Amino acid sequence: MSSNELQGYKKTLTSPYTGIKGWIDSRLPLIRMMEAEYLKFPVPKSLNYFWSFGGIAMFCLIGLILTGIFLGFHYKPSADDAFDSVERIMRDVSFGWLIRYLHANLVSFFFIATFIHIFRALYFGSYKAPRELVYIFGLTMFMLMMATAFLGYTLPWGQMSYWGATVITNLFSAIPVVGDAILTLLLGDFTVGDSAVNRFYVLHWLLAFAIVGLVVFHVITLHMTGSNNPTGTEPQSWDETVSFHPYVTIKDLNATIFFFIILAFILFYYPNILGHSDNYIKANPMVTPAHIVPEWYFLPFYAILRAIPDKLGGVIAMFSSILALGLLPWLDTSKVRSCLFRPIWRYCVLLFAVNFLVLMYVGGKPAEGLYVLISRIGTAYWFLFIFVLAPLVGFLETPRQPLTITNYLQSKKA
Amino acid sequence: MSDSKKPRRDFIKLSAMTLGGVGAASLLVPFISSMNPGKDTLALASTEIDLSPLEEGQSLTVIWRGKPVFIKHRTKSEIDSARNISLEELPDAEEDSARVQKDNWLVVLGVCTHLGCVPLGQKASDTKGDYGGWFCPCHGSHYDTSGRIRKGPAPTNLPVPPYVFLTDNRIKIG
Repeated sequence: MSSNELQGYKKTLTSPYTGIKGWIDSRLPLIRMMEAEYLKFPVPKSLNYFWSFGGIAMFCLIGLILTGIFLGFHYKPSADDAFDSVERIMRDVSFGWLIRYLHANLVSFFFIATFIHIFRALYFGSYKAPRELVYIFGLTMFMLMMATAFLGYTLPWGQMSYWGATVITNLFSAIPVVGDAILTLLLGDFTVGDSAVNRFYVLHWLLAFAIVGLVVFHVITLHMTGSNNPTGTEPQSWDETVSFHPYVTIKDLNATIFFFIILAFILFYYPNILGHSDNYIKANPMVTPAHIVPEWYFLPFYAILRAIPDKLGGVIAMFSSILALGLLPWLDTSKVRSCLFRPIWRYCVLLFAVNFLVLMYVGGKPAEGLYVLISRIGTAYWFLFIFVLAPLVGFLETPRQPLTITNYLQSKKA
Repeated sequence: MSDSKKPRRDFIKLSAMTLGGVGAASLLVPFISSMNPGKDTLALASTEIDLSPLEEGQSLTVIWRGKPVFIKHRTKSEIDSARNISLEELPDAEEDSARVQKDNWLVVLGVCTHLGCVPLGQKASDTKGDYGGWFCPCHGSHYDTSGRIRKGPAPTNLPVPPYVFLTDNRIKIG
């Protein structure tokens, strides 16, 4: 067999670089890939600060993994030891309080960044073709993020950890016929206990790294299509783009530092403001706290769960609220991406964001009276937005002619 | 390869894949099964309780399989209120007499059938809900003096655990 037949299949070890860099790059072509994707990669030059929240979320994820590793050195996943080992981290471990407060508050800021990031995708139409997969990987990560955050919140084994875990795992018991058997299988016991906290700890780690894996898919798909931008129109020439480095790197770094200054303020002055004081009471399987609330970032979904007066129905509504968002690229019938040029849809999206905050508010209130009514209206709008307004508004509204990136930047200057 | 050999090759491929698939699937069994409660957990330590200190109207919470069990020494009026009701009013219709072995002793699992919280109503100072039994603070389920769901999101009555009266004043749960 002559070597000619293998041409096109066999790689030749060449590299655009020389020396050690070239030697490595010819064998591991990561350096040239990074240069193409992160240094020279063209992005539309009209990006605003909304586009920084993906990077911010990534920094939050890195921070969570780093602090998580150091917490893991001291944490003991068992019903007897978990609470005390967390208290030991807070009191006896050198800088343990800082690392734990960082971990706990970084989650909240991870969610803030992610919520804004998703809003950006909705408002400027980043979910629309050809970026459907970027968006789907993003939503998948969001769901894994919620699972990971829930599992992590159970680990300190306080009252809120325990009863949050009980309520959430009991969602599985809503499955007809086999629900209770599945719940017992998942918990390894008839109640949330020693076996569960051990599993939750393992899964908390596993899912954290699953998210990292999905970030890679999110970025690969994004770099196939390139970034969307406020106009929703694709760049027509090199003139309408800038290179990722230094323009985007510096801008994102700037935004990240500003974002982390706010985090630092919460971290050092109000480290428990986003938590719940009941979680400093050790888990007691015999006493349920009077008012169970999940962490703030779950509240909109908790409101949807409680809006439906049926156990199974509530669980289905809650999970499908996120799954349904994944259908938006196909349900939205408009040819125009950005809300800047969509006179009706723009208000639908803004109302969706306001509705999200309203649901968050009622999710933290007791399920009674007016709060139930508001949560039902909010839940109705959530699904109306996706299944009715998205297809309908695309037909009904007459969008303005989207500006090109160049014209958009000129009009902003004027 | 001649065409006549092709079906034979396909057959071998298909059977190899099928067997491999069955093998891989059966390998899942021990792993999934290992997630179930272990023998130590399953050895459901039965609990014996002395009922004699419980006056009429008082309640006791004991632990069985890691879950709270409510034992209620019911008063005459509590028994009556559980009995004088038509089954059509109940979301999960069940006769009170089918839920107790002795009329004045109610034994139920103290775990709300909605999402697993422990309902209030065991202490004299607790709120007992609209039907004089228990009230779950998590999502507002009301249970009556027979532990039956009357109002709220819980789908079923508080379950009755298996138990026997050893003597008039002693029961064994489990």
